[in-house]
Amino acid sequence: MADAPALELRGIEKFFGPVHANRGVSLSIPRGAIAGIIGENGAGKSTVMSIVYGLYAPDGGEILIDGAPVKIGSPRDAIAKGVGMVHQHFMLVDTFTVLENVILGAEAGGMLKPSLAKARGELKRLEREYGLKVDPDALVGTLPVGEQQRVEILKALYRGARILILDEPTAVLTPQETDQLFRILQALKGKGTTVILISHKLREIMAVTDLVYVMRHGQVVAERNTADTSREDLAELMVGRKVRLDLDKAPANPAAVALSADKIGVRGKGGVALLDNVSLTLRAGEIVGIAGVSGNGQTELLEVLSGIRAPSSGTLSVGGKTFAAPRFATPAQMRVLGVAHVPEDRHRYGMCAGFTASETSVLGIQRDAPFAQRGLTNYGAMTQHCDVLMERYDVRPRRPQQLAINFSGGNQQKLVLARETDQEPKVLLVGQPTRGVDIGAIAFIHRQLVALRDGGAAILVVSVELDEVMALADRILVLYGGRIVGEVAGGRADERTLGLMMAGATA
Amino acid sequence: MSARKLPLWVDIGVLPVANVLIALLIAGLVVLAVGASPLDAVKGMIDGALGSSEGIGYMLYYTTDYIFTGLAVAVAFHAGLFNIGGEGQAYLGGLGAGLAALALDHGVSPALAIPLAIAAAAAVGALWAAIPGYLQAYRGSHIVITTIMFNFIASALMVYLMVNVLIAPGSMSPESREFTAANIPVISDILTHWGYAVDTSPLNLSFVLAIACCFVVWIVIWHTPFGYEVRAMGFNPNAAVYAGVNPKRLTVIVMCFSGALAGLVGVNEILGVHHRLLLDFAGGYGFGGIAVALMGRNHPLGIVLAALLFGILQQGGTELSFDMPQITRDMVVAIQGLVILFSGALANLPRPLLEAPFHWLARRRTPAEEA
Amino acid sequence: MADLAALILATFAATLRVATPLILCAMGGLFSERSGVIDVGLEGKMLAAAFAAATVAALTGSPWAGLAAAICVACFMALLHGFATITHRGNQVVSGVAVNILASGLTVVFATAWFSSGDRTPPLADSARFMPLPGGFNLLTYVALASVAATWWVVTRTRFGLRLRAVGEAPAAIDAAGISVTWLRYRALLICGVLTGIAGTYLSIAQNANFSRDMSAGQGYIALAALIFGKWRPVGAFGACLIFGLLDAVAIRLQGVAIPHVGEVPVQLIQALPYVLTVVLLAGLIGKAIAPKAIGVPYEKEH
Repeated sequence: MADAPALELRGIEKFFGPVHANRGVSLSIPRGAIAGIIGENGAGKSTVMSIVYGLYAPDGGEILIDGAPVKIGSPRDAIAKGVGMVHQHFMLVDTFTVLENVILGAEAGGMLKPSLAKARGELKRLEREYGLKVDPDALVGTLPVGEQQRVEILKALYRGARILILDEPTAVLTPQETDQLFRILQALKGKGTTVILISHKLREIMAVTDLVYVMRHGQVVAERNTADTSREDLAELMVGRKVRLDLDKAPANPAAVALSADKIGVRGKGGVALLDNVSLTLRAGEIVGIAGVSGNGQTELLEVLSGIRAPSSGTLSVGGKTFAAPRFATPAQMRVLGVAHVPEDRHRYGMCAGFTASETSVLGIQRDAPFAQRGLTNYGAMTQHCDVLMERYDVRPRRPQQLAINFSGGNQQKLVLARETDQEPKVLLVGQPTRGVDIGAIAFIHRQLVALRDGGAAILVVSVELDEVMALADRILVLYGGRIVGEVAGGRADERTLGLMMAGATA
Repeated sequence: MSARKLPLWVDIGVLPVANVLIALLIAGLVVLAVGASPLDAVKGMIDGALGSSEGIGYMLYYTTDYIFTGLAVAVAFHAGLFNIGGEGQAYLGGLGAGLAALALDHGVSPALAIPLAIAAAAAVGALWAAIPGYLQAYRGSHIVITTIMFNFIASALMVYLMVNVLIAPGSMSPESREFTAANIPVISDILTHWGYAVDTSPLNLSFVLAIACCFVVWIVIWHTPFGYEVRAMGFNPNAAVYAGVNPKRLTVIVMCFSGALAGLVGVNEILGVHHRLLLDFAGGYGFGGIAVALMGRNHPLGIVLAALLFGILQQGGTELSFDMPQITRDMVVAIQGLVILFSGALANLPRPLLEAPFHWLARRRTPAEEA
Repeated sequence: MADLAALILATFAATLRVATPLILCAMGGLFSERSGVIDVGLEGKMLAAAFAAATVAALTGSPWAGLAAAICVACFMALLHGFATITHRGNQVVSGVAVNILASGLTVVFATAWFSSGDRTPPLADSARFMPLPGGFNLLTYVALASVAATWWVVTRTRFGLRLRAVGEAPAAIDAAGISVTWLRYRALLICGVLTGIAGTYLSIAQNANFSRDMSAGQGYIALAALIFGKWRPVGAFGACLIFGLLDAVAIRLQGVAIPHVGEVPVQLIQALPYVLTVVLLAGLIGKAIAPKAIGVPYEKEH
């Protein structure tokens, strides 16, 4: 069966309880091709590939590898059939070395010593053949994200993967690291490995794949040769209607300084500088974007500016008050001064598992009138408030008494945004504003932020999506290694330059 | 993941009952294993607890203690804290009440002595819980281990104090002298005074205090911003910080609240019943409180119902042990363990069985909706 | 001088004797916790095992049968804990506390029902017990010492140990490698059951001659504290157990001794010392001891 496709799926079905995650998914990927599977969040693309890797069992349908039907009941079976997967959230043990991570599950026998020796030799070979260079004795937790990803790829190759699935691999990479990854993928293709790329980033799919499958609502809705299609075409197929990919934005009119941070420093475990000498100003009526790969200090910056975390050094001035380390502002104080905060990770900071949407709608302002009067909570006022927020941001379903976690990711995000913008803040800090939100709502949220800016708010947007930062920001600051390494005006920003700064190579 | 697939009434009403039934079923098996008849045991228990006014009185007296410790554990649970120190906090709460009563015994009117003694019980209980709370918040010490250690330390402390310091002169057993100023009126006395013929029992007005505490807890946890912040911290400490909470301070405050409630057991026992300080008056209520809180889903209404059940078990068990010597107080402890297991860790065990009919209904509806 | 040497030797011996159950429980707890399952139930397993050992030894006259029964019972309770926390993803601390209370109650219920001496089992003849070997130490004490070495070796040098550590830090990595998280954790709990079973046996038929109510007296919790203080490593936990043993050995000697200006040391203070020390150790930790990353969180596949 020389011409048989490397991977073929026929009619894959998958239910998660009542949710129909995969409906009759069929696709065929020729050997040695780089295929892309695109779709919005929840389209089912990760699910179907997890089935191919044996993490889930399909409720119906067939899988064929090299033309022969196979039964894949667990990742062991998948690995035995030559399927490897690099997950979106790395499946690595941070406290183990690279070598230990590579052999985990593929050890040669009950004792560790021989397994480690064998793996060491094999890693050297893989480094020669594919250019995947990593220090075998480094602790994975100390490696930069790009190298951790390489360890994941090495794991798959060590186990003899002929089909390599990568799930949203570029989410955590700079443009330059992405190029490096694509070079590795081309090298793999050259050796006959089949690569499947799951992504929602149209630009990259267009750059590296040979063919593309589009999924929507659990089904495959289109197949295209990459050479015959375009970003707009793919976007429309992903969503089902024409989508505006650009944002109309009037030029900004920055006014008075609303927030000023001076020489902020944050020290982490072992004295590592998570933020180093960071200074920035936010003016009313402007959007400042922070670009950078996740893990370069964005989280700490937002934590400091919102009062959640006290910096080790530096000062912060807002609303006429100045705070200096170590007796810093608290989130409550910052709120009083008119600073609102949409957290990067809404599950970590922005919501509580057991609260209803109504209770979530006052998180942070629970002691303010009218939600609390004479020491008692006013649930009526809370519900009314939630209704207003849901109406304004089209949060569905419109049920304030529903548990917040039972809303979809996009609706949760809209609720949090609605809550924070409703406070008519003087300064709005936003982290990853459209994480988990589908394309239609992204445009809506971006428009809301611009409207807020036009109303006189100073907005700080932190995002790992370079497209988003470039679309929204009037001024872009790049964060690398905890430092601001560059500043570019919004109109004059270009991806190449920003990418170089994000990778630490300042021109 | 706690998406509720069941309607609220099943989740809050049927599931907890199912949990308890499983626990009691297994308890029944244990009764069989020791050579007694479970049905006879149940009959004997219900008779002993509810069959006479004396039995009911004793039953409600035990229930009072279980309400206090149940509330204590529940309040801490809402903040995400596991207070296992109820035994020690109840014990030392009694010490506080007793010391206050002894000190105020000379010419102080009950109207003043009783509230002060109650406050003393709450304060000492609060203190005994605050220390492990502080250690957890500021030093990261595992609160489960420290509260248990404090139970043992409280025990040793009480023995030392009773034997060496507070023992009534000339007494054979480690007990203090009796006091009267801070005695809390016994309900059977009150009812008899009003003309109802009721057998005496230790049930006293502390029961009313316990019910009042239920209301206080209900209002504080669900109807104040403070309670909102406590629940936020229990669900997600990071989000609580975001909402303006200082989690370390709140941990200590909540533990104080929790310990104070547990300490009120001392009010019931020392001021209401024994009228002197002695040893081992708080035995089993601390752990029983955990069972009561879990069974009652940390809600005052559920706690009262669960406390009633345990009151029946304890009083019924005591009466039963005269006829069935194999059933001792330890059987009640074992049942507490079973309830904690099935209402706490295995609370979701009956879920698939209960969800099945609803899933079936949903599947029947879905094809029509999809069309 | 010879007196001092004799005193030191005697103290050392007493330390080891007291520390034996602590060491066994701590090693057992190590397997559990390194695999990601909090095990507060060491106390209950040890207590239930003690009862089983004393009962079966009394009925059969054989300490080995008692040991076997103790291990079976402790493993059963470990499986119960596993069923609640691994299979049903229940709260691990609540489950552990339940196991402890259940053990506390059931052991006395059965003791009262099956034997006529109230809440204890009948005293055992020497032949039904593990008596000290020539040299002064009990066989089970040697087993405890060996368990430290064995634990260290298994955890750091074998495939099972690698996977055990992985499942406690990043269960998703184990799952993605096609290894069963559930089975790995159950095995860890079973090992814990075996070790706590031996600990319980020591309590009732080696160190003493019968089982009595709540005879574990919090030692399971102290072992857990020792494990935490030892940063979940075999040698560290072993050291912490020795500290407790030493303290107890020294404290017993202080009983009845008059300290100048203070007076006689009250016996209750000596009894309370291990518990106070536990609190002090947990409070005085320099920096936070870093638990296995995935501990306490039931594993669920992400959708």
